[in-house]
Amino acid sequence: MGITFRKETFRDDFTFKNSPEHIRRFPFPFHEDSYMYAVNIEPHVVGPKGSVLENLIDVDEHYVAEMQDRALVLAEDPLRCQSLPHMTLAGWDLLELLMEQQALGYPEHFTLERNGDRWRWINRPLGIDDTFTFGDTSTLPYGPMEYITRQSQGDFCILDQRDGNLWMDAGMVTTQADWSLDFDIGMNFFEWHAPVPLAHEKGIFVRALKFLTNIQQGKPARRLNWTMTINPRLDTSPENYHKWGPDRTTVTPENVGDKVHLRVELQSFWRLPRSNGIVFPIRCYLIKMDELVTQPKWARRLHRVIRDLPEELATYKGLTRYRPTLLEWLSKLDDGSATSPGFGPD
Amino acid sequence: MAAKTIISRPIYGTLSPQPGKHHLFVADAEGALAIVDMAKTAPPGFFDGAEIVFIPGSGGQHIAALEALKSAQFHVAPSFASLLPRLKQTLANAHMGMRLYLAGTEGLIGQAMQVALEAGIDHTSMQTEHRGSLARRMQCVHCKGITENVTTQPATCAHCGLLLLVRDHYSRRLAAFQGVCINAEDPSEIPPKEEAFP
Repeated sequence: MGITFRKETFRDDFTFKNSPEHIRRFPFPFHEDSYMYAVNIEPHVVGPKGSVLENLIDVDEHYVAEMQDRALVLAEDPLRCQSLPHMTLAGWDLLELLMEQQALGYPEHFTLERNGDRWRWINRPLGIDDTFTFGDTSTLPYGPMEYITRQSQGDFCILDQRDGNLWMDAGMVTTQADWSLDFDIGMNFFEWHAPVPLAHEKGIFVRALKFLTNIQQGKPARRLNWTMTINPRLDTSPENYHKWGPDRTTVTPENVGDKVHLRVELQSFWRLPRSNGIVFPIRCYLIKMDELVTQPKWARRLHRVIRDLPEELATYKGLTRYRPTLLEWLSKLDDGSATSPGFGPD
Repeated sequence: MAAKTIISRPIYGTLSPQPGKHHLFVADAEGALAIVDMAKTAPPGFFDGAEIVFIPGSGGQHIAALEALKSAQFHVAPSFASLLPRLKQTLANAHMGMRLYLAGTEGLIGQAMQVALEAGIDHTSMQTEHRGSLARRMQCVHCKGITENVTTQPATCAHCGLLLLVRDHYSRRLAAFQGVCINAEDPSEIPPKEEAFP
């Protein structure tokens, strides 16, 4: 049985919703009742059936709608997808990885046939059936990175490894939490993270870089990150901040449940075999408060996390303006009872 | 320079004579004085293999002081844009081992570094020294327009007119600081402009 892909939007009328099964599988990012930065990296191995980790590259009911939203963003602003000239080989590495993983996890939706370097790729949800020569860019309608990431959920950054550092030298970034690929492309690991508060002082990035530069082929790693977004908007780019920023003033006690969304990024890190680069998929999951609080443990825990969040983090994540309204709403769902350990719902 | 800064913000040093036979200096305005100061510690004959290109700016000062260094080549340019073709050719024809020295305003250092990076020179091998105005070159993240010589915080984008927070976040590739709308959430909030980068 295949996935039933939802017809929905992430802009204008915002019809995005999660089905009840997708609420249960939401990657809730808090394993305890408080939050602070940590190097929370673990091996990216297959998880329980029915979770977002059932396959290492997750495809879900939002796939088709997300790809349509990406196409809209790219039509408006092609610079959301860029690759410096030395990154084409890494693009082919990524194409291979995503085709293999999607075909492996979802054979009813995706098929990859290989005959030497003649490859045939069938993507049934998007109605694509292309035959091309692996390694020959002229046989694809886009460069290899753009071709496959127009067909894969989440943002993708490809990092070149040299001089003991990682360099943001290619990417497809249309669902980002307020950072600009166009500005950051070409920067090293410390430079593109420069605006993040507190974490530099804690030595987070030095340790994270050490870990990432040692990632081995076939042994990917992952971490979760989170923020909040008003309306289920995928494109919260700085480029369009003046368009979506006003949403933050629209939160009222009556519409919190529908408007405020927890935005979780499942970030994974993979060594690429030919280029020795690292690909860094940033997969975004959205859930509105009304959906999230159907799991009472998550409602209690989110209340405590948001209440106790250090001011700098709240500012950096852009919560300041609506935090009191959100807290008041969540507090009514927190009876003070204990929460069970771990991420999952009870 | 601001007391509290972030890692992407460039840090400038003090020019010092590097070993080698070929030296290229690019400077504007008071950047000339950084070269003159460095010359005091340079070994004899250092400027025999040196080229100095200089944009005096509106004051038109320091030309004589640089001429007195008797470099092999000395060129005065009216603006960075007019200097660009010459600079590109010099860098394209440069031999391995040529040393690059950039001095003056951040805008000059950043733009010259941008051209040198495109020519394949590693930024850590360049000598830089900031002199003179703290004015910033800013890219508007919204319309992508570059505004030169930004001295206020916040600053108005010269192209789309949005009121922008001038961040410390800096791109060597664009040779610009990032400007992000400061009142995007509520455009009726208009913070006063202060002279932050005189």
